[in-house]
Amino acid sequence: MSTLTDPPNESFRLSMLINDTRYRSLTFQVIAAVILALCIWYLGNNLIQNLRAAGLNISYNFLSDSSGYDINQRLVEYDSQSSHAKAALVGLLNTLLVAFLACITATVFGVVAGVLRLSNNWLVSKLMAFYVEIFRNIPVLIWIIIIFTIMTAVLPGPRAFRGDNATSSMLFDAFAFTNRGIYTPMPWFEHGLFASASMNWLLVIAGFVGSWFAARRINIWANQKQEATGIRPKTTALILAAWLVPFLVLMLVMGLSWEYPELKGFNFKGGIKIGGPLIALWFALSIYTGAFIAENVRAGIQAVSKGQTEAASALGLRPGKVMNLVVLPQALRVIIPPLISNFLNITKNSSLAIAVGYADITATLGGITLNQTGRAIECVLLLMLFYLTASLTISMVMNVYNASVKLKER
Amino acid sequence: MKKTMILGAMAFAGLAAGAASAGTLDDVKARGKLNCGVTTGLVGFAAPNANGEWEGFDVAVCRAVAAAVLGDSTAVEFVPTTGKTRFTALASGEIDMLARNTTWTFSRDVDLKFEFVGINYYDGQGFMVPKELGVSSAKELDGATVCIQTGTTTELNLADFFRSNNISYEPVPVETNAEAQQQYLAGACDVYTTDASGLASTRATFDDPASHAILPEIISKEPLGPLVRHGDHEWGDVVRWTLNAMIAAEELGVTSANIGEMAAGTDNPEINRLLGAEGTLGEMLGLSADWAKNAIASQGNYGEVFAKNIGEDSPVGLARGLNAQWTEGGLLYSPPFR
Repeated sequence: MSTLTDPPNESFRLSMLINDTRYRSLTFQVIAAVILALCIWYLGNNLIQNLRAAGLNISYNFLSDSSGYDINQRLVEYDSQSSHAKAALVGLLNTLLVAFLACITATVFGVVAGVLRLSNNWLVSKLMAFYVEIFRNIPVLIWIIIIFTIMTAVLPGPRAFRGDNATSSMLFDAFAFTNRGIYTPMPWFEHGLFASASMNWLLVIAGFVGSWFAARRINIWANQKQEATGIRPKTTALILAAWLVPFLVLMLVMGLSWEYPELKGFNFKGGIKIGGPLIALWFALSIYTGAFIAENVRAGIQAVSKGQTEAASALGLRPGKVMNLVVLPQALRVIIPPLISNFLNITKNSSLAIAVGYADITATLGGITLNQTGRAIECVLLLMLFYLTASLTISMVMNVYNASVKLKER
Repeated sequence: MKKTMILGAMAFAGLAAGAASAGTLDDVKARGKLNCGVTTGLVGFAAPNANGEWEGFDVAVCRAVAAAVLGDSTAVEFVPTTGKTRFTALASGEIDMLARNTTWTFSRDVDLKFEFVGINYYDGQGFMVPKELGVSSAKELDGATVCIQTGTTTELNLADFFRSNNISYEPVPVETNAEAQQQYLAGACDVYTTDASGLASTRATFDDPASHAILPEIISKEPLGPLVRHGDHEWGDVVRWTLNAMIAAEELGVTSANIGEMAAGTDNPEINRLLGAEGTLGEMLGLSADWAKNAIASQGNYGEVFAKNIGEDSPVGLARGLNAQWTEGGLLYSPPFR
């Protein structure tokens, strides 16, 4: 027989919202949410009312008007008759280009400096410590300007290459280093399979992708053979052939030749120009962010217990293999998450481009277009949208990679 | 530069707060100081001198307005602005007026909602090249690298000029005149283009001005003048008529030297009205009767300001040209003080 009665079935009272721990947190969250919503509504409403009072309205029609200005670095066809939207696209591609290049080189600098900082060689490790401390403790804008200023001051102008007794000459008659940028020969196809050059290059890229699959296939085949017979067939020559043969055949068929830069009029013409602003921005972002990445790499390596290294050595692995097969795969788990934020930093810091006249999206859409049309709010909103999308995309890709290298729990 | 953008957006958000409040004239009087937007530094037009005091042709307009409104030509807070930041600074109310070699265009007047109160310098866009390049005409600039201040009308004129002449160029966008000068002298660009007055003023600061040539082509009309926010007509009138007073003073022969005796009363009723000896012009503007006298006494008339800062005897060395009085074949023509 039970003497216990059921707990009294209390009806809900308003005071329980504060006094009852079951509801209290919910109450405060609702209050906070309402206040936040009110703040946003107030700011938004204020903006709209003020704009209306000033006779301005939010409109994106200006994007289809012709821009009227020229841009010095264009990855797509563009002139002053193109629309503001096209100018924004040119800037967007320039931003992505410098961010992509800087992410790669910063990672290379960072990994090299991070690993070397742990070197047993006193001089090497101290040099790397010096690099890290100098570069990450000076603002990146200053690095951009210093590198650009040194480039324009030290390198000769195109005029120095002119005349019979020119003070400067081209390296191998193919490369010109000037204070406006570096000119290199440009490969092109004499009789491409397609009319447009970009289609031909796509074909080459497709060839590389095919080679990659073929090389993978060869490796899988070698692994199977090894598991079945215990002997691994020699694959080096096969893999080399898989990479080289399609490439060489394509080059021969399409007739690869080089266009060399030549001094014509005021500037070098022909070839590929890597502009001074791009170089300054790219290099500055790389060495600056590289210093941060170096510290991440060092932290990642030191996070792997020393017992792992010792155990691997005891098994007879050489130091290089210990690093590649045992330490780095475990260190990557610590390195990748902060690496993501470093990549995001590079992308966002590339907006300092205007300091050296590099036409990124902040300079075209957020600079000239904003100024010539006066559409500040529209342009800034678009810029925010772009940087947000770019950052979230980088985050997503890197998170997928992170998931693939993290500790698999089975 | 992202910071500027965000500031710009915030400034725009607070725009109506400035526009809807009491008139700028009352604000300036209450503050006891005029906030005037100028360039970040263009010798002759607006630049700090060795003592850190701003001086120049545009600065004189600011000081004249301060003298007219507050009776003190030193009660000015100079706010340096770049081609990119100037309009947001004015729209947001950070500055009361902008006197910064700004070209009067339709879209700035109508679409950006500003009010140009007049023209204090008739200019046009020109090109400067080193003489060693051997260029004698802008049409020979095919393929040249051109330094250009970003966010200005010159940027658009440049694109139009090269397109209509079917020649190519490569723009190097820079933020300020100082930056352009540095890049030009380092040879990072072959040509520097901006308003012809700006070129003359920049060249005056070079170590060797004689080795740089200004090409004969003037590719645009650039009427430069002070501007205020749209909609505040009382304040617009004050700035407009201060500028007109300086122009009219030159025409009427009133100078900073003889203004004392002129103000006591002359045979010319227009001078008397201008200097407050007759009529109530000052009162109509909401200022004291001696507003124009203060402005002219502190800065001199238009001709004196021109000669002192950018005239032929100054380092900048500009001729009056279009900026002479209408009586001498120029375009300066002040409406009557009546």
